[in-house]
Amino acid sequence: MNDMLLQVEPLIPALRRYARALVRNRAAADDLVQDCLERAVSRWQQRGDGSVRAWLFSILHNLAVDQFRKLAARGRHVTIDETSEGHFGEAASQEYRVMYQDVLNKLAKLPEEQRTVLLLVAVEDLSYADAAKVLRVPVGTVMSRLSRARERLQQEIEGITGASGNVVPLRSMK
Amino acid sequence: MNHRPITEDDLHAYVDLALEPERRAEVAAYLDEHPEIAKRIGAFSDQRDALRAALAPIADEPLPAELNLSRIIEQRARRPSIARWAVAAMLFLSIGGVGGWTMRGEQLASPEGLVALAQEANASYSVYAPDRVRPVEVRASDSAELVQWVSDRLHRPVKVPDLASSGYRLMGGRLVATQHGPAAMFMYDDDHGSRLVVMTRPMTSVDQNAPMTPQSQGDVAGFAWADDGLGYSLVGRAAPESLRPIANEVRKQARQI
Repeated sequence: MNDMLLQVEPLIPALRRYARALVRNRAAADDLVQDCLERAVSRWQQRGDGSVRAWLFSILHNLAVDQFRKLAARGRHVTIDETSEGHFGEAASQEYRVMYQDVLNKLAKLPEEQRTVLLLVAVEDLSYADAAKVLRVPVGTVMSRLSRARERLQQEIEGITGASGNVVPLRSMK
Repeated sequence: MNHRPITEDDLHAYVDLALEPERRAEVAAYLDEHPEIAKRIGAFSDQRDALRAALAPIADEPLPAELNLSRIIEQRARRPSIARWAVAAMLFLSIGGVGGWTMRGEQLASPEGLVALAQEANASYSVYAPDRVRPVEVRASDSAELVQWVSDRLHRPVKVPDLASSGYRLMGGRLVATQHGPAAMFMYDDDHGSRLVVMTRPMTSVDQNAPMTPQSQGDVAGFAWADDGLGYSLVGRAAPESLRPIANEVRKQARQI
């Protein structure tokens, strides 16, 4: 039990960050994390011997994706307008906040599979192998999605607007 | 110079600071010679920095009470679920005293070994034994098929115990789901409507070999043991002293495989 506390507790802030970056609503994100922690506590004995970090992110990721599917099935989307700036970077100054909000708004325009891989790898520091485990895809798919995510985000940042799905990545699709 | 060619994956790993120092130096040298690619990779690094900076404050926020892990663990342990109560009861009955107390915290979270097996057998007994319509999925008349099925799923040769000498006749069996994978359940009855369940499954971690121990809950009595990685539990609504010789018989037959 103590072992679980020692290994899981330090990762809670990162789990919150990933959840909030995905669902962009503080209460909804923290609900997901709470759900994730409850599952982690009850399944601690069955976690296997891989990294605890990858295991926890897998649980959280699956919960988040399930929720997206349910919301999508009901025809409801959590759009940017529904979230307030207060959900991001409260500690930051106004100037930085605007800048942060901007990159996050652009990230939000990426398809879910690109957003998740970029967050797991570039922000949460998961290895490519661990990201592949969380996303349940081969490492090659992680790399091609990561590449597409970065090209697409760059196009958003540079203001190359186009209908989604009408983006020509510099790297050919795998 | 005889370098391995630089791949697109190397460029991403460069951005993610995931390269070994030697390879990193090679990629850096390559980028020096290819300014267009370096510009693109530089932009990816900027994205990474911007995302990390934008999201960093979230990880610095104080955790709300509902994300306090110690509290989640405590609440879970205190949740008055029947299953948890059953484990506690079984533990106190079977181990008791100081041993039972010190092990309680860990066992409550997720029972393992014989305790888990006995709990699962109990659950199957409670669900299937009172069933008057379809207590078993494969009837005794098809016991060859039953043995084949459960042996395949358990990846172990499984033998159906013959309890005729104890006055119990095989009704049949089924595969049941447990927290620890598939288990084979066999059901027996005597001629007075009293039913017994024998459940067996591979032991996942602890208790690969464990002596027979009583595992009773309320008026459902049971015995569990494990031989050579295969766990067994016999449960029935009967006095433990009447079940013990039957459990011995099951164990004796299983060891003859």
